[in-house]
Amino acid sequence: MENLPILSLMTYTPLVGALIIVFWATASANVARWVALLASSLSFVFSLIMLAGFDTTSDAMQFSEVHTWLPGVGVAYRLGVDGISVPLIVLTTLLSVISIIASWDPIKNRVREYMIAMLLLETGMIGVFISLDLFLFYIFWEVMLIPMALLIGIWGSKNRIYAAVKFFLYTLAGSLLMLVGIIAMYQSYFEETGIRTLNVQELAQGTYGYTFQILVFLAFFVAFAIKVPMWPFHTWLPDAHVEAPTAGSVILAGVLLKMGGYGLLRFNLPLFPDATRALAPYIIVLSVIAIIYGALVALVQPDLKKLVAYSSVSHMGFVTLGIFSLTSQGLYGAMIVMISHGLVTGALFLLVGMIYNRGHTRLIKAFGGLATNMPVYATFFGFFMFASVGLPGLSGFVGEFLALIGTFRVYPWAGAASMVVVILSAWYMMWMYQRVVWVRAPGEPPDASDPASKLVGAGGHHGAPHPVMGGSTSHDPHFVPPQTFRDVDFKEVVTLVPLALLTLWIGVQPGPVMDLVKPAVELLTQFYGGVGL
Amino acid sequence: MANWLYLIPLAPLVASAINLIFGRWYIKNRAHWLAILAVGISFAVSIPAFMQVLRTGEAFSQHLYTWIPAGDFQIPVTLYVDQLTAIMLLVVTGVSFLVHIYSVGYMHGDPGFYRFFSYLNLFVFSMLMLIMSNNYLILFVFWEAVGLCSYLLIGFWYRRYSAAQAAKKAFIVNRVGDVGFGIGVMLIFTTFGTLNYAQIFEGVGSVAQGTLTLIALLLFTGAIGKSAQIPLFVWLPDAMEGPTPVSALIHAATMVTAGIFMVARSFPIFSASPTAMQTMAIVGAATAFVAATIGITQFDIKKVIAYSTVSQLGYMAFALGVGAWGAAIFHLVTHAAFKGLLFLGAGSVIHGMHDEQDMRHMGGLKKFMPITYWTFLIGAAANAGLMPLAGFWSKDEIIVGAWVGGHPVIAAVGLVAAFFTALYMFRVVFMTFHGKPRFDPHHVHPHESPWSMAGPLVLLAIPAALIGFIGFPPEHGWFHQFIQPVFSHGAEAHGHEVTMATTLVFGLVSTVIAVGGIGTAYAAYISGSINPKLVARQFEPFYKLFYNRWFFDEIYEVLIVHPLYLFSVFLWRFVDVKLIDGTVNGIAKVLSFSSQRARLVQTGLVANYALAIALGAVVIVGVYLVTGSNLFQ
Repeated sequence: MENLPILSLMTYTPLVGALIIVFWATASANVARWVALLASSLSFVFSLIMLAGFDTTSDAMQFSEVHTWLPGVGVAYRLGVDGISVPLIVLTTLLSVISIIASWDPIKNRVREYMIAMLLLETGMIGVFISLDLFLFYIFWEVMLIPMALLIGIWGSKNRIYAAVKFFLYTLAGSLLMLVGIIAMYQSYFEETGIRTLNVQELAQGTYGYTFQILVFLAFFVAFAIKVPMWPFHTWLPDAHVEAPTAGSVILAGVLLKMGGYGLLRFNLPLFPDATRALAPYIIVLSVIAIIYGALVALVQPDLKKLVAYSSVSHMGFVTLGIFSLTSQGLYGAMIVMISHGLVTGALFLLVGMIYNRGHTRLIKAFGGLATNMPVYATFFGFFMFASVGLPGLSGFVGEFLALIGTFRVYPWAGAASMVVVILSAWYMMWMYQRVVWVRAPGEPPDASDPASKLVGAGGHHGAPHPVMGGSTSHDPHFVPPQTFRDVDFKEVVTLVPLALLTLWIGVQPGPVMDLVKPAVELLTQFYGGVGL
Repeated sequence: MANWLYLIPLAPLVASAINLIFGRWYIKNRAHWLAILAVGISFAVSIPAFMQVLRTGEAFSQHLYTWIPAGDFQIPVTLYVDQLTAIMLLVVTGVSFLVHIYSVGYMHGDPGFYRFFSYLNLFVFSMLMLIMSNNYLILFVFWEAVGLCSYLLIGFWYRRYSAAQAAKKAFIVNRVGDVGFGIGVMLIFTTFGTLNYAQIFEGVGSVAQGTLTLIALLLFTGAIGKSAQIPLFVWLPDAMEGPTPVSALIHAATMVTAGIFMVARSFPIFSASPTAMQTMAIVGAATAFVAATIGITQFDIKKVIAYSTVSQLGYMAFALGVGAWGAAIFHLVTHAAFKGLLFLGAGSVIHGMHDEQDMRHMGGLKKFMPITYWTFLIGAAANAGLMPLAGFWSKDEIIVGAWVGGHPVIAAVGLVAAFFTALYMFRVVFMTFHGKPRFDPHHVHPHESPWSMAGPLVLLAIPAALIGFIGFPPEHGWFHQFIQPVFSHGAEAHGHEVTMATTLVFGLVSTVIAVGGIGTAYAAYISGSINPKLVARQFEPFYKLFYNRWFFDEIYEVLIVHPLYLFSVFLWRFVDVKLIDGTVNGIAKVLSFSSQRARLVQTGLVANYALAIALGAVVIVGVYLVTGSNLFQ
């Protein structure tokens, strides 16, 4: 066990799974599903072994694997994890398993190719979190991009090509800037020390001029800001989410967005301290805008997935807010928001996907009264709705409050302004929940026991056309009455339960997760003056 | 030390979880057994907790675990019991216990029976944790959690549009207050470096006045939301969409008093800030008055009692504001008894009348439901402030407190509101129980409620009548001595001596006013010597103002909700789609357009390429000659 290359095993198990499906020419759709499930589960198990063996008292990189690769140019195969990457890796492997289960029945065409893409994506994602060599990091970063674009472009819904291309170009533009930044770093360090290296930890030892820092910081920052996504780099997200298949949205929201936050923590903060300090106030401003703006725009979305997508913009604002407060609480908060958002938003996309599979629409106005015929579904939805609203006792509150208090110490106005979002988040989520899960289905008459039925000519308020949301859908020929939806089945419950338990656990007992990230957070906090230690 | 304290909140939490998970398939309509047992345990364990505080006069606590360990931001979950908590424990578990029993009858046959008891238990758990917290963040956590339970229970009949709207409105309006509260908590942390009550209160002396005022006002914002003060009281009347036991427990006796509790808990902060106290006194008095004026015009029996609740909460708030701390908590206790009773009585009427809530379709119910009538009468008289019932003592003390505290105007407002209180309370009694029936006796057959409902009415009527005597004699009763340590931390606690003469004069005046209010109600609704419709027409502008709840909802709709909505649409349709996405797509178009042009250059003719190479070379050499060499210099 001691010398087992656990990180490589974890990373390449999905890749092996993908290769098996590729070369097993006669494999049926079901075989492909099982292979994918096995490979991703195995990877999940490896990540749990890593978690169990992780020393939470050390701030060094652990499970390191270093092999020379291209010694002439200083590129090495260098892996390692710390408190920032470990929770995100476990989140990735867990969500991958869940995504494969969630795709079991809904994905019916090109199942083999779909599973290959999912597995390649997983390898890419884990690779991003464990690479400590910028070249390797960049390769994984790009590897991950392609299967994701394919998932949207092939298995997406109506407008999928536009969304896939937009997603691809947006992220590619960002990563090209990052590539320029990487090369600049490499060159600058070489000129300073005469050593050619792309080792992140080694590069962090160098000293760089102020202007250089600002420029390279921005090159990295734009790449990560697009991923987060920060306002105003966010417009790819609603399109990508809306068009992506359910599992694509889960991975997109659950893992891909986290890479932005991860990148900022791993590269921007340790490499460019002067630029970070100088630019932090501006990024705080952008974060506050994202938090409020995302919530306001989410309020008026007629499409469930767009609503959740814009809510992601708002929630992820807390990540950048916390990071650039450069305080202990802010950094803890950013980490917990990332984990929590992965769990909660992942679950929300699963929930939206479930009724999409039943009703073949994502429009809020096509649903209603689901709590009557789908009580279990309604309970889960309610749970995750409140988790998203930031109810204390669930994971979101811990992260967001820590990010807020960390920010408030340094920028009181930003903390206070961001606090306002608790009104808006309750408003958009509850209004959505009311329209989808409560009251009655479109066109359904009021119950006999309802006081509204006593009013003369009351057709129920639900059917009334809304100024923005438009009228009833009951005349749509493809309309499936929501009263006929069956409740969640076993497989669907299996995907939701682990997310719900983790959300509750982190909300009630965040200590273990915080212990995990503690050394890394303390290291960064000390680096930036130790506010809040 | 007190390692059994955790049993108080744990019992309802466990029962809630079991009923929620297994209720639908296994427990079904037997959910009440576990729920009542759990609250019974909480009540039973609260008694020794109370006794210990009574005996020793010292606060005690039990540490459970560290919730958030983030650098210097350490938040423990510690159960803490002092005099204030001990009193609240008895009020919360006592009223909860009776309401749980009552609910067995009231909710009988409802398909969501198990769900109801699960939510109700969850509420009891959250409320108990709220009052037993030892720091502001845990207080805030369960402050939100009781809001969740309130949301779930107001929206219990989720198929009703009105219930769904009311639930959402309650939560959102509360969150407006919570923004202030939350910022207050953060400011406390950055000011004091801790959120622990004891440590904060010790440090109050060394903090600037302005900061303390800001903290106090922010905290009070939270109380304005939770305890339904102007301008955020609009959610509470709508919350009556929930089942009536919920109105009694959450929206009258316990949760809505959390704001009062929180301010009382923060006594050292508030008492150090005259500005915050003054604000609280004015807001409270305005709320007491405005809600009372609305109360006299409503026809829905639950709405009247709801506005009465708002009004009484206003009394408590201005009691805090004028420095009558003990009186505020005293009124909280008596109010829990008589207002809980009134709601349960109203529920009994609604139950007996087959879900009729409009008093215009009632009348003469006295002979159909005698137990409900007599207990309701006691509650109404207590609320109206008739001696010697519970409400008299506490309300009188509040008004005296305002007078001796140097707030004669607020004392006067309190007296005017007291007149309206007596008027609307007995308007309800007379319209509902007296006179001739105004319903169709062939279709509606009113009946007395079953014992599971009538029993709690009788049991609550006893404290509603007698609990005032814990505060007898006024200002020096048992209650005052018991609660004293909580409010003696600051410099001038209970600084004003109240003479016997003052007490007697105010007792007399408020009795006259209460009797006057009842007499007016009698004249209007029994003897007919006053015609309410005529009065309404004579004072039409006022009547319209009161009847339409001073147009608060309409003003919010026009000034906040709708503009915000339109602004969001603008952000989405214009800023997001047109501006940002338009720019992105525009860049893509420009690129695509220029690539199309650039493609024309690639003709495939070698001669063209050769020409381009030659031209390029000339240009490069030219640039070099001009800038790089010294040929032309």
